[in-house]
Amino acid sequence: MTKQSQVMSENLTHEALGALRGAGFSRRKFLQSTGALVVSFSMGGMWSTAAAQFEGGEVGPPHDQLDSWIAIGADGSVTAYTGKEELGQGISTAQIQLVAEELCVPFERVKLIYCDTSMTPDQGVTSGSQSHPTNFNHANLGQAGATARQALLQLASKRFDVPVEQLAVADGSVSVKGDATKKASYGELIGGKKFAIRLDAKAPRKPASEWVVLGKPARRPDLPALVTGEFEFVHNTRLPGMLHGRVVRPPAVGATVMHVDESSVAGMAGLVKVVVKNNFVGVVAEKPWQAMQAAEKLAVAWTPGKGLPKHEELYEFVRNNKPVRDTLLVNSQDVDQALAGAATVVQATYHYPYQMHGSMGPSCAVADVQGDKATIYSPTQAVWHQRNTSAMVLGLKPENVRVIFRRGSGCYGCNGADAVTYDAALLSQAVGKPVKVQLSRKDEMAWGENYGFAFVLDERAGLDAQGNIIAWDHESWSPVLGNRPGMTTPGNVVSGMLAGFETEPFVARSPAPEPTGYNNGTNGVPSYFAGNVGGSPKGTGTIKSERSLIHNSPSPFFTGPLRSPARLQNTFTHESFMDELAARVKADPVAYRLKHLSDPRLSDVVKAAAKAAGWDARPSPKAPIRRTGVATGRGIACVSYEGDNGYAAMVVELEVDQDTGKINVKRIVVSNDSGPISNPDGIRNQIEGGALQGLSRALMEEVTWDEEKVTSVNWNSYHSLHLGFDIPKIEVILLNRPDEHATGAGETSITLTAAAVGNAIFDATGARIRQVPFTPERVKAALGQTS
Amino acid sequence: MTHGVVRHTFGEYMASITLKVNGESHGVDVDPATPLLYILAEDLGLNGPKFGCGLSQCGACTVIVDGRAIRSCVTPVKIVEGMEITTLEGIGTIESLHPLQKAFIEEQAAQCGFCLNGVIMTAKAILDKNPKVSKEEIEQALSGVLCRCFTHVRMMAAIKNAQQEMAG
Repeated sequence: MTKQSQVMSENLTHEALGALRGAGFSRRKFLQSTGALVVSFSMGGMWSTAAAQFEGGEVGPPHDQLDSWIAIGADGSVTAYTGKEELGQGISTAQIQLVAEELCVPFERVKLIYCDTSMTPDQGVTSGSQSHPTNFNHANLGQAGATARQALLQLASKRFDVPVEQLAVADGSVSVKGDATKKASYGELIGGKKFAIRLDAKAPRKPASEWVVLGKPARRPDLPALVTGEFEFVHNTRLPGMLHGRVVRPPAVGATVMHVDESSVAGMAGLVKVVVKNNFVGVVAEKPWQAMQAAEKLAVAWTPGKGLPKHEELYEFVRNNKPVRDTLLVNSQDVDQALAGAATVVQATYHYPYQMHGSMGPSCAVADVQGDKATIYSPTQAVWHQRNTSAMVLGLKPENVRVIFRRGSGCYGCNGADAVTYDAALLSQAVGKPVKVQLSRKDEMAWGENYGFAFVLDERAGLDAQGNIIAWDHESWSPVLGNRPGMTTPGNVVSGMLAGFETEPFVARSPAPEPTGYNNGTNGVPSYFAGNVGGSPKGTGTIKSERSLIHNSPSPFFTGPLRSPARLQNTFTHESFMDELAARVKADPVAYRLKHLSDPRLSDVVKAAAKAAGWDARPSPKAPIRRTGVATGRGIACVSYEGDNGYAAMVVELEVDQDTGKINVKRIVVSNDSGPISNPDGIRNQIEGGALQGLSRALMEEVTWDEEKVTSVNWNSYHSLHLGFDIPKIEVILLNRPDEHATGAGETSITLTAAAVGNAIFDATGARIRQVPFTPERVKAALGQTS
Repeated sequence: MTHGVVRHTFGEYMASITLKVNGESHGVDVDPATPLLYILAEDLGLNGPKFGCGLSQCGACTVIVDGRAIRSCVTPVKIVEGMEITTLEGIGTIESLHPLQKAFIEEQAAQCGFCLNGVIMTAKAILDKNPKVSKEEIEQALSGVLCRCFTHVRMMAAIKNAQQEMAG
């Protein structure tokens, strides 16, 4: 290969390179061509041609063009392009199944390329349990597969001069029914050429009853490389001449740079440069260990921090913090009146701490900024947003920045991925060479990421004389700062802010306007509400006297989406409180839930989990309550995730050691309905992992700080359930709904664990724990209150 | 893997050290205090051992040295000079998988996969030492290893299956 071609191949992911080789063309050149033949490039010719022009561009391939999604090579290989990336959640496997199914080719024949701004459609952020609904329903990737199959049928129809109805599609070929001599492969029909047609919303999709690839367990294609160390994470990206960067973050929240004493590191061998831009400070060296030592040694004088609320007074702070932005999700306007007339009013307050994504590997990115152009390898969940905001940080035109997704350590939301990408971009620009930035464990935990939201949540419900819930009032308080950067706000994460970009301003608003449309995207509305906005009930429950009021205020720490953001905190509260209500009227928690649900899909998952668990139908707590020794209990929780994006219920069985306060979960049963099941094994993996991640968050995870800085900065101070703990038995029941829309599946089970565990603790002991995490000390304190 | 001398320019305390990694010798001129991980990951270009914490708390950097699982992020390279260092790459290949690697694929025991190195290498060291080791001893060995995708159930099943194959 020529030097240029080497550079080009270095700039491509392995998957992209392999697929382009297989398809035999340069992606952008192909999409920009007039539609004529693009075949028979020699390898050298292809790469030097492609490398001669920077593969940037104003916008992504248009969504309405089939060629943006599917390309068929001369050899019949299928390359699919998607804007939903593989973060470890398994969506690439399911997307390959989807394309293979719609195109009637074996799984192995499909190459999937995801999230490279020079090649793939802009599908925003890979997040929020949106990949399955976005690409598997009647648009985008799935519809592209169906459109391509229809187009191939029409090409064959012309070729053989028979109507489409007389053609059959199988194994990458179209043949005339009953005439084995008349058969053409996809390669012969279209190979190397553009389809040059629009996505057809009416192209018939394969019904689930005819699926041969989808709906069956498919193995992840990345695993052989992962288990043998061949897989390249972004941490393993190595470019010719690449240097290594480290950042120096402020010692206290709100501290700013007064002076950087470069002489403190002068003469350190391997040191290339100290970089300062506003409050962003970093070093670049030849080797990682050199960069780490220089970052450690660099003397920076910082102003004092702004001070932090006392950790032990967090919840008073959260409740009273000002200014506020108020939002009403539902408001029947008769709640106070209904509560006043109720036979019994029950109320309780719940607390949820800041938590971390706590990625296994601190975030890492590689940037190569050369003059007015940049190529960036990033574990971001949004390559197009990252492209625009990196361009802002670098002062470059967006079309001159190419962002290529490379897998990082699992992120579970807005971890340090976007922040470290700006770090790498700034340091590379300062030295004019490729730079890899690896955050330290402390960089990631104290500063790198946007924490999951802390919450205070009040519940108040009225019961009639028969024990039915007649009114429910929910009110919550939660501080926010920053978010994902989106297209325009690099200051929403730490390094963008340090480099001088503004964080999205907090907009106060009080009182809240009346709701104009029903949206339960945060599960701020309990499942038992009728959800009546604008005259028709859109919720999943029966309670008509309903109010849900949210107060946000400015947070001292950056916050952002952490797997099931707000949905988990809200569901922990609603589902714990529902249990309190059932206990108050001495009703079985399953039966009491079903009585107040109107949505059959949510009721069905509750019934399925209870049945599979062999639910012991009776009121909680379990008699007789003793105050010593090991007590056992069971609890249930359920959710319609984001209102209508996945349905799940969980039963937890556990032991409480009442002498130590230790919780030992023995069994978790989860039922899940995410519409049609695309990859049963993939969804099981997500549900199992979510259940245990939820358990870790319920039992031990909490961000801590002192007067000025975060103190949970490693795995001794931020706790996680390790691999050697007494792992519960997990059983997953999948409800298949082939006729419903595809929904998300990655965040259903995690949403339920804290509530199901809390309810099981109550069942075992009669003690209700209303604050996460359920540490042994907190459990013992709760036991003491009920004794 | 190519043989060669890797020269570092950092520090006054340079030393020529010979490392035996996955059966091959590599000479490096390096500050002897440099943690082994950075030599493996950057100078020798190995993807198996990962940076997870730099504090010996998570297991991501685990390699096997003379039969023992150690944390390469806190092990000065000088200490392991001349010893047999094995990384994830050294125990099997896609064409010829180690029973543990095979079992992890069979169980589909991964999500992001970042922790796999630590889990597999820790399990290998203890199973090599005693293929009939108890479940509790395996759990004890893995009590310093994290997986933040919480693929625990599948990983423990994979280790159990591999143990049966290795013992059989």
